[in-house]
Amino acid sequence: MNHYEAVFITTPVLSSDEYTRTVKKYLDFLEKNGGELVSKEDWGIKQLAYPIQKKTTGFYTLIEFKIDPQLIRRLEIEFKRDENIMRFLTVKLDKYAVKYAQQRKEKLSKKFEKTEG
Amino acid sequence: MAADKSIKFLNAPKIGQNRKKYCRFKRTGIRYIDFKDPEFLLKFINEQGKILPRRITGNSLKFQRRIATAIKRARHLAILPYVADLLK
Repeated sequence: MNHYEAVFITTPVLSSDEYTRTVKKYLDFLEKNGGELVSKEDWGIKQLAYPIQKKTTGFYTLIEFKIDPQLIRRLEIEFKRDENIMRFLTVKLDKYAVKYAQQRKEKLSKKFEKTEG
Repeated sequence: MAADKSIKFLNAPKIGQNRKKYCRFKRTGIRYIDFKDPEFLLKFINEQGKILPRRITGNSLKFQRRIATAIKRARHLAILPYVADLLK
């Protein structure tokens, strides 16, 4: 079970429940195939550095998960087939990357508490 | 009359040798370069969004390659532009 991280951009024209449905589709894909979701981050609507499919903004979502290597191909086919997703990138994480992602999550949660508290 | 003589400096000009460049990753012990935070990657690209060469950034070969892949991934995800003007 390798450690992976996938970032994907969905078109901004989606309504919010459509957006959650598309994201949910991939989370179900992970559960169904024995994967394990480590963390999920929504960066919300961000400005793209260059227009993709004539759109200048997009919903960014980051999911970090563990899964068997053979299933990555099928996951990426799912991403390609989904027309709501403009662009995606799955990356394998080595041990330094996993440690970095851990620290990043703590930093974000600490920052989040600061703004809340 | 004084112009034809070469200008004499009081002490040797230091323009020639510049300071010893060092790889910032070895020194600070950064092990993983994240393609998701643009602020860090901006230090390694010039105004047009091109990747700076090693002789300017002073990176070691191993980390310069990692920086390059991280920048290319960020460009793929439209976090960084492929071509930009006055990026900084």
